[in-house]
Amino acid sequence: MNTSRRAVTGIEVEPVAAEVPASKKAHPSTPPENERSRTAAVEARWQKETLAPALSRSPERQETFTTLSGVPIHRLYTSADLAGFDYDRDLAPPGQFPYTRGIHETMYRGKLWTMRQFSGYGTPEDTNRRLHYLLAQGQTGLSIAFDLPTLMGYDSDHPIAEGEVGKCGVAISSLADMEALLAGLPLEKVTASMTINSPAAMIWAMYLVVAEKQGADWKKISGTTQNDILKEYIAQKEYIFPPVPSMRLVVDTITFAARELPRWNPISISGYHIREAGSTAVQELAFTLRDAIEYVEWVKRAGMSVDEFAPRLSFFFNAHNDLFEEIAKYRAARKVWAHVMRERFEARNPRSSMCRFHTQTAGCSLTAQQPYNNVVRTTIQALAAVLGGTQSLHTNSLDEAWALPTEQAATLALRTQQVIAHESGVINTADPLGGSYFLEALTLETERACYEYFDKIDALGGMVPAIEKGFPQKEIHDAAYTYQRQLERKEKLIVGVNTLVGEEERPIEILVIDENAARRQHQHLATLRQSRDNARVQSSLEALGSAAATDTNLMPYLLECVRAYVTLGEMCDVLRRVFGTYEEPAFR
Amino acid sequence: MDKRIRVLVAKPGLDGHDRGAKIVARALRDAGMEVIYTGLRQTPEQIAVAALQEDVDAIGISILSGAHNTIVPRICELLRRQQMDDVLVIVGGIIPNEDIPGLKQAGVAEVFQPGASTQEIVRFIRERAQQRVREEG
Repeated sequence: MNTSRRAVTGIEVEPVAAEVPASKKAHPSTPPENERSRTAAVEARWQKETLAPALSRSPERQETFTTLSGVPIHRLYTSADLAGFDYDRDLAPPGQFPYTRGIHETMYRGKLWTMRQFSGYGTPEDTNRRLHYLLAQGQTGLSIAFDLPTLMGYDSDHPIAEGEVGKCGVAISSLADMEALLAGLPLEKVTASMTINSPAAMIWAMYLVVAEKQGADWKKISGTTQNDILKEYIAQKEYIFPPVPSMRLVVDTITFAARELPRWNPISISGYHIREAGSTAVQELAFTLRDAIEYVEWVKRAGMSVDEFAPRLSFFFNAHNDLFEEIAKYRAARKVWAHVMRERFEARNPRSSMCRFHTQTAGCSLTAQQPYNNVVRTTIQALAAVLGGTQSLHTNSLDEAWALPTEQAATLALRTQQVIAHESGVINTADPLGGSYFLEALTLETERACYEYFDKIDALGGMVPAIEKGFPQKEIHDAAYTYQRQLERKEKLIVGVNTLVGEEERPIEILVIDENAARRQHQHLATLRQSRDNARVQSSLEALGSAAATDTNLMPYLLECVRAYVTLGEMCDVLRRVFGTYEEPAFR
Repeated sequence: MDKRIRVLVAKPGLDGHDRGAKIVARALRDAGMEVIYTGLRQTPEQIAVAALQEDVDAIGISILSGAHNTIVPRICELLRRQQMDDVLVIVGGIIPNEDIPGLKQAGVAEVFQPGASTQEIVRFIRERAQQRVREEG
């Protein structure tokens, strides 16, 4: 195994000691068959002689106990629940196929996860200040939130943007705004993740030109563009163009990155939003990985070999309240992706098979009532992500059921990660819960259920046809409605909302974003449109329009537009004319 | 026999978060109301026209983007111009407490914040929109 890794990656690998230490030999981690049947017999006797009388004296509090997503959980797990389990096949050490225990050999002993807090509001200057502040407080990566007009490819001064500028994130309409956003941030030294989808290629182009103007080497800069359009149709709904031209844009960015920016992650294939829309944990996992399969197929069709681009595919998962369900999900994700890449796509480079992911704690779990409880929720969720081996983490703030976070709330959210990292001890060993009967059984079950969904979507012809038929959207809506009914019947509880409801709520201070950002944007855009070289603007837009009608890679054309200070809206309007716009099928 | 209450569930502005709007739409349908869901990214003008064309008794506006102080009063104003100010207008989404009085002044009957139950919303619409239905028929 090690020899083949060295040959493929060309990287010198420390030869693994031929001798297995005695301590390892003494503890077989795969329970042998006779041990499992002994355990099953012991358990059967326990159920009859100990449990049955205990239950008749004191019944359990509920008929069934299920995970947050509704998966039934037994009262006890033993080795008997792991029939057929094989350590080398199902787990393996971290950094070794199928990576169930983690993608890096030393996990957090080698390097902590990146603390990357999603931030953005108001003007580019407002957000720049918050980015610098969070770096000073110890975050180790940047993550930028854009406002709705930007996310939807509109300039801040478009009529449709009224009331929305700077409210959900930072307003970015041009290269000038991006320059202000990134002021004082050396792009060869800091990494930035940008949550942008339909206009990802345009916003990325702005980032790249800022880097260029800083003198930063594109071969050295690193970051991530979310750029996952399939989940927009499924869940987040920030689509502009129809699926086929949108996929073309994604493919263009992935191939451009593979050639020009070897350290950039051109896509963050996301389950977070799918879960936020109300899906179960299995749906989150299955739809994310099946989206990924779709992207791999499309990029391959465009002529790249899998190993040329797959190492830079990255993922993004939710961290919800049910601790073990989440940890099982992350472990199953790594295992399933490893097998998919090796078997379905014949990847040879081990890095093509590694599910590298960022996690965000569940926004949809935050309550408006008793908001300080949210600190506890975020802590549990962050712990799940860490115990699940995430590479990067955002923790939500306590006030986010009300508004974007205040500085104090954002600081406490960051401190939550730092306390886990520096005080809890869970980072001392890789996959600390590995070997738990419960966790291993749940991981296997999650994996099995994930493949069931793959089969269903394959039968529909793939993810794009499945989306056109409304399949994932309906699954998600049904799961969301089921959960809502469970809440209203108190089958599922939320402290402060349907149980332990307070008499009076003490209001908390929240961040108010006024129309200042809109005013600043209007002024700056007016000046920009007058002072730039408008001939260059026109010609670069024409070239973009012509290129869009062919199948040439659009990145060079977008970069040229950006350098000429063409605005985001202007670029997107050209593409709206060429590609058309998308409306989802009616909800009945 | 009571004519069925007709409700328009509307998503104004650029916000694409429709989990809540679709849950409310379905709950209202399950409760026997006729529900028309506008789909995403409707302008106030489109919502007002839909309300008129569909001859609704109530409008549920779902908005989580923070643009409610601009968008919701505009919708209410357009409804007034269409002589539809007897139509019940309710709002759901991310609405800070401070903004509720302003919305009510603009014509909103009630604001349902995170944690509200679908049954509360059904009851509210039944009680308040029922009057308009009876007066019509």
